[in-house]
Amino acid sequence: MDTASSEKIPFLRDPEKRALLYQIFTVLGVALLSYYLISNTLANLERQSISTGFGFLHKEAAFEIGESVLDYSAADSYGKALLVGFINTLIVSFIGIVLTVILGTIIGIARLSSNWLVSKLSASYIELFQDIPVLLQLFFWYAFFYEILPAPKQALNPVTGVFLSNRGLVFGVPEYHPAYLAALTALIVAIIAGIILKKWAHRRQDTTGKSLPTGKIITAMVIGLPLLAWLLGGAPTAMNTPVLKGFNFKGGVTVTPEFTALLLGLVLYTAAFVAEIVRAGIQSVSKGQQEAAVSIGLKPGQVLNLVILPQALRVIVPPLTSQMLNLTKNSSLAVAIGYPDFVSVAGTTINQTGQAIEGVGLIMIVYLIFSLSTSAFMNWYNKKIKLVER
Amino acid sequence: MKLLNKVVPTLVASVCLSASIGMAGTLDDVKAKGFIQVGVNGDLFGFGKPDEKGVWKGLDVDTARAVSAAVFGDADKIKYTPLTAKTRFTALQSGEIDLLSRNATQTLSRDTDLGLNFAHVNYYDGQGFLISKDLGIKSAKELDGATVCVLPGTTTEQNVADYFRVQKMTMKPVVIESTAELSKAFFAGRCDVMTSDASQLAGIRAVAPNPQGYTILPEIISKEPLAPAVRHGDDQWFDIVNYSVMAMIEAEELGITSANVDEMKASADPKIQRFLGVSPGNGKALGLSEEWAYNIIKLVGNYGEVFERNVGVNTPLMIERGLNALWTNGGLMYTPPFK
Repeated sequence: MDTASSEKIPFLRDPEKRALLYQIFTVLGVALLSYYLISNTLANLERQSISTGFGFLHKEAAFEIGESVLDYSAADSYGKALLVGFINTLIVSFIGIVLTVILGTIIGIARLSSNWLVSKLSASYIELFQDIPVLLQLFFWYAFFYEILPAPKQALNPVTGVFLSNRGLVFGVPEYHPAYLAALTALIVAIIAGIILKKWAHRRQDTTGKSLPTGKIITAMVIGLPLLAWLLGGAPTAMNTPVLKGFNFKGGVTVTPEFTALLLGLVLYTAAFVAEIVRAGIQSVSKGQQEAAVSIGLKPGQVLNLVILPQALRVIVPPLTSQMLNLTKNSSLAVAIGYPDFVSVAGTTINQTGQAIEGVGLIMIVYLIFSLSTSAFMNWYNKKIKLVER
Repeated sequence: MKLLNKVVPTLVASVCLSASIGMAGTLDDVKAKGFIQVGVNGDLFGFGKPDEKGVWKGLDVDTARAVSAAVFGDADKIKYTPLTAKTRFTALQSGEIDLLSRNATQTLSRDTDLGLNFAHVNYYDGQGFLISKDLGIKSAKELDGATVCVLPGTTTEQNVADYFRVQKMTMKPVVIESTAELSKAFFAGRCDVMTSDASQLAGIRAVAPNPQGYTILPEIISKEPLAPAVRHGDDQWFDIVNYSVMAMIEAEELGITSANVDEMKASADPKIQRFLGVSPGNGKALGLSEEWAYNIIKLVGNYGEVFERNVGVNTPLMIERGLNALWTNGGLMYTPPFK
């Protein structure tokens, strides 16, 4: 009979409608709360004659920043100063993440080594660096650089054109020449060609069973093509060499102690966690898999690359993402050792303009952008390496 | 941790702001709770720092104690909140503290945009350069290309950038938030020169491994009138703080010290009688007891005593009175008549 279904269910007894109602209430509650907080804050700021808004971004910053890849001076705007800080955070986080993953993987694998010394050394590394607060490690490395290294006038000069002092590592770079642009283009071409070659070789192996030593070919292309472009461009050798002038070195490229200390501290600290994640991932693959792979005649490298890693990565990637986010967020400790990251520049901006709420809001947005884009990338990667069920 | 220092007060600010602070009535609030919440430096010798026994000492601390003496007749009804340069104004705006006495420079934008009122200056300072004598530099004009250690969160970053731009010189700043960390880096040679308010440089030099090896360059590149601050919109509280500072200066001019203040009560000078409340009027006008100025001098001392005790030539800071002398001695300390 359809009396039961046609009978109207009272609104509140229908679980679907009820669920919808709860959700509407929740959204309403959140909206009301935010409205209350925002409007009240604005009203109070107004009453205390504190100006609000992001107009200050166009005003002249009038402070210098220690290091910048952009051409920045005190005459630029707060907006540009913040951009410099943003890029500085991006650089240290990106290089940090790459190095952390490499170092963490090596140590994680070494931890499982059958060699007693190697495995115990990795274990002590992990215990040591995991257990000391990262801020202390940063202070340690920073003090290490400025206490141990000599003043610029007594700078160590291990190789011509390279100087190491408490102002950082200064080294010569090639003077700009069109040949370098050609070499860079050649490098990009080589990398793209390499990816295409790899895909093609893969397909060929799937259909014909013949494998190709792609590794060697790609290496030859990546080194050979830019070299060729540079030679054809006239093989320029002019260098922009650092020279000690007055207080400091002029010319060349400087890697400051602040940057190095921050990078080193973050990488060594986070790599200890990554090592444990890698170890757990490898151990999660049952021993039978490895034995089966060996028994069908795969070489040790192939066992790792084709059998163990694809399965281990499923376990490794999600916690690895969280470590990457940690590294990015910990980079804000830069203020403690004088690296001009986003928080440091935003802090100066807040202090000079008094726009604390806007400044902290910007800091939150920037870290949210960093974190969300890292997770988005890692989620994409995670989906890509997911086991394909047949 | 440092990040927390910045974020927490701001969050507190937004929450407290929405919890609505009474515009007026700081005096009533303070009397009701029985103490004044004062924002201080916490780490600056001679201005605001606890001594080895945990007792707060310094010129800024004594300024706050003068306000406490005026309000309560007891100089120590104070709770101190150590603040960084970055958090100090937010703490005041949000109502977390009642009075900011933390070597803050009065500027136009702070007075207006930040919603503050600065009382009478309690120390005329200026930004200078501390440098190792080994470098043989005699003037700040020779600093082209120098690496400069800068304490952030003050006007110092802007001042030094302005100075180098005007002189057409270049510089590389190294900005570290904690004074202790920055000084360590500076003394280890990370920077060629350190810049901050001259008074702070004197304090930093006093704790150097070899204080004689460092000198403060003659150029003073900014005006830094340091003054206690209160929130906009509470005129009565502003008057109390303002006149508490000025009472110390006035007392020095009248020759009243903590030692002779009781005898001075018997003075026939009408100015002294008015000042000490023997002839009443000033206290009532401020909403305080007639003894307010007497209490300040008795319990804290006059400006000269406070200066010499905390930063004067017989302290490790060895600072001369200079601009901070009375106007009668060629300085800038001058107060309106107390009548």
